[in-house]
Amino acid sequence: MADDPLVLAEGLTKRFGEFEAVAGIDIEVRRGEAFGFLGPNGAGKSSTMRMVACVSPRSGGTLSVLGMDPDTDGPKIRARLGVVPQQDNLDNELTVRQNLQVYGRYFGLSRKHVRDKATELLEFAQLSDRADDEVDPLSGGMKRRLTIARSLVNDPELLLLDEPTTGLDPQARHLLWDRLFRLKQQGVTLIVTTHYMDEAEQLCDRLVVMDKGKIAAEGSPAQLIDRYSTKEVLELRFPPGQQDPAPVQDLGERVEVLPDRILVYTTDGEASLAAAHTRGVTPVSSLVRRSTLEDVFLRLTGRTLVD
Amino acid sequence: MSVGLVWRVVPPGLYARRARTVVERSFLVNRRAWMTIFSGFFESFFYLFAMGVGFGRLVGEVIGPGGQPMSYAAYVAPALLAASAMNGAVYDATFNLFFKLKYAKVYDGMLATPLGPFDVAIGEISWALIRGAVYATGFLTVISVLGLVSSPWTILALPVVLLVSLAFAAVGMACTTFMRSWQDFDLVQLALLPMFLFSATFYPLSVYPDGLQWVVRLSPLYHAVELMRGLTAGVIEWAMLGHLSYFVVMAVVGLIVAGRRLGKLLLS
Amino acid sequence: MPGPTAPHPWQARFLVVESMWIWYRRNWRATVVSTVLNPVFFLVAMGFGLGSQIQPGAATGGYGYAVYLMPAMLAAGAVQNAAGESTFPILSGFKWSRVYWGMTATPITPAQVATGQLLWILFRLVFSGIVFVIVGAALGVVTGAGIILSLVFAVLAGMAFAAPLVAFAATIEGEGTAFNPVFRFIVLPMTLLAGTFFPVTELPALVRPIAWITPLWHGTELARAAAFWNLEFWPVAGHMAYLLALTGIGAALAVRNFRRRLGV
Repeated sequence: MADDPLVLAEGLTKRFGEFEAVAGIDIEVRRGEAFGFLGPNGAGKSSTMRMVACVSPRSGGTLSVLGMDPDTDGPKIRARLGVVPQQDNLDNELTVRQNLQVYGRYFGLSRKHVRDKATELLEFAQLSDRADDEVDPLSGGMKRRLTIARSLVNDPELLLLDEPTTGLDPQARHLLWDRLFRLKQQGVTLIVTTHYMDEAEQLCDRLVVMDKGKIAAEGSPAQLIDRYSTKEVLELRFPPGQQDPAPVQDLGERVEVLPDRILVYTTDGEASLAAAHTRGVTPVSSLVRRSTLEDVFLRLTGRTLVD
Repeated sequence: MSVGLVWRVVPPGLYARRARTVVERSFLVNRRAWMTIFSGFFESFFYLFAMGVGFGRLVGEVIGPGGQPMSYAAYVAPALLAASAMNGAVYDATFNLFFKLKYAKVYDGMLATPLGPFDVAIGEISWALIRGAVYATGFLTVISVLGLVSSPWTILALPVVLLVSLAFAAVGMACTTFMRSWQDFDLVQLALLPMFLFSATFYPLSVYPDGLQWVVRLSPLYHAVELMRGLTAGVIEWAMLGHLSYFVVMAVVGLIVAGRRLGKLLLS
Repeated sequence: MPGPTAPHPWQARFLVVESMWIWYRRNWRATVVSTVLNPVFFLVAMGFGLGSQIQPGAATGGYGYAVYLMPAMLAAGAVQNAAGESTFPILSGFKWSRVYWGMTATPITPAQVATGQLLWILFRLVFSGIVFVIVGAALGVVTGAGIILSLVFAVLAGMAFAAPLVAFAATIEGEGTAFNPVFRFIVLPMTLLAGTFFPVTELPALVRPIAWITPLWHGTELARAAAFWNLEFWPVAGHMAYLLALTGIGAALAVRNFRRRLGV
């Protein structure tokens, strides 16, 4: 029983009229793992999340969440989920603390329980000193932490986070990741969507790369990089429109031409750079780095993640 | 009663029987805005004052529901109660609901919990009714003290005015689910003000020519005004059952449409 | 096309008006109900409906009730429209649409934005007033050409209410809930009690002074005097002086408050 997947989908589909937002995907999320959906905006990640959160009926395929069917057991499933939507939908007419308490009451928790739980969650979200303030003046990072705290009010087994750090500054993002690590250590299963490769690498044990409603690849971040990219990447920057891949075509396993630079996928970046120099290639600047999920995505879809 | 009925017609999964927590939220929110609620009383009283003092002298006596002459203030007071029930319920169910639905996204947060759209609809309407009950009690007390009611039947005006509020709130909510932008709210204004002014609120139905009288009889506010006027004057007639059933139908149809449409909007 | 120099003050004010007009042209439908239809509904319901229960008498100057109501409703409509135009649209200019900030990023000064805005409200009041007069004439409750002068007085009363209200609105920071008491405790009782529907003398003696300070009462007195052509010099001069003073003081405060909020 404990090994049953928390989320199991086969041929899961979501259509809005003619448009197919999710085009038949298979996923399996196991207890205790952090599972990610990586893809650009419009890839179908949020639609998938809303179906898993039982707030959007599926158009086709099968879906089971916590062993139940969202179509018939939506309220029962939602009682055991935590949801952090892409855009904070905190209740601006309530204070920070009331947001937690009232939300707990929606789950049918007792007043006493939500009072204690709110205090504990304020601590967790580092918002204890703002407890009785209005929500609106809080910073973006604080609102995000409050939304996450709110999603934990029912001690969920499964936490769904849709783009948890989009729009936050680097410091706020790291603080948030830290909180999510703690939850993972406590055994909460996380499902995260993101279009940031660093976030996917930081948070996810396993992820699927989504593009145009389909799954392009699946694995751990290291596996994906290993499978779809080379160890190193040589980036050569040129003035716009002046990059010519011909002289460097055979310096690596693969070459990608972007609007402002050429990427050479190779096992030894420095060696490839030296070879390029000897062939008289003179980029404005050059950089040797390790492969990332961004490169995996580029390989799989021919496009970059963040445009 | 209504809860049991709704439970039977609503598809499973759309109602978690926890509408009470939605009311709790409204209570918390409004605890800090009590001044706004309190000041709502004044609107009706300004009208009452204007009608009683100024118009009262100009108009003199009018013919009441049982054919007996009555003072203009006593004639208009129950109609004002009906009108303020309509206005309060409709504003709550349209402007406030639309804002929470489209901008504040309050309901998206609620629906991520076990609550379903019918919990939201029933909870919001219940709050509107609680507020309506407070208004109506205050208003009835004042007009009783001023001697503008002449019958103990007046006590029944309270539950009846709540049914009227429920009906208007349910239909208003159903309409709101079809609205696309603030511009559509002109239509609400366009429906409310003529209804307020022309539903035999300020003068008897007999003022209109025959054909127009039938048009006025279509207006829900006309039926509410008739009910209130009859109860406060102590003129009880079988026709009241007809007026009441008008509102029962409005309430049931409104609630079912509102709940289902909310479900479609929020759970897409 | 002149070069990019600072515009003449009047040119600047009309630029503000023009930008309001451009917005209005796309969104006029939303305001037709409240600015044009509302007063007409009141005129028909109260003037004809309730009026059928009222015998012409000393209180109505011997006129039928609808005729008696027409010029006063013109003034009441102007004041109500002034209230609508001087509250949320002003807050929006600062806060939601932020058009004022866009204007002051050009050579237009905050003071010109304020006076341009008032000018726009003036145009709106004149326009709705003309429509109302035409409707009234069609309904047969206009007694003569004096109604043109009534319209001028009605607009004056509207501006006497609009200018101070714009000054107040320019200080509002929140979501506009501060306007609710204005509508509830000033606009509504003023409309009902300040002489539009029945003479102020019908009010208890204690309440009458409150009616006397409202711009609507002065506007109503003037509008009726003009419509029924019984203008007397001193009362007219007194009412006009009061309304002009309110307009002037309000405009000065509005300019000050716009400067404070938009100035760097």
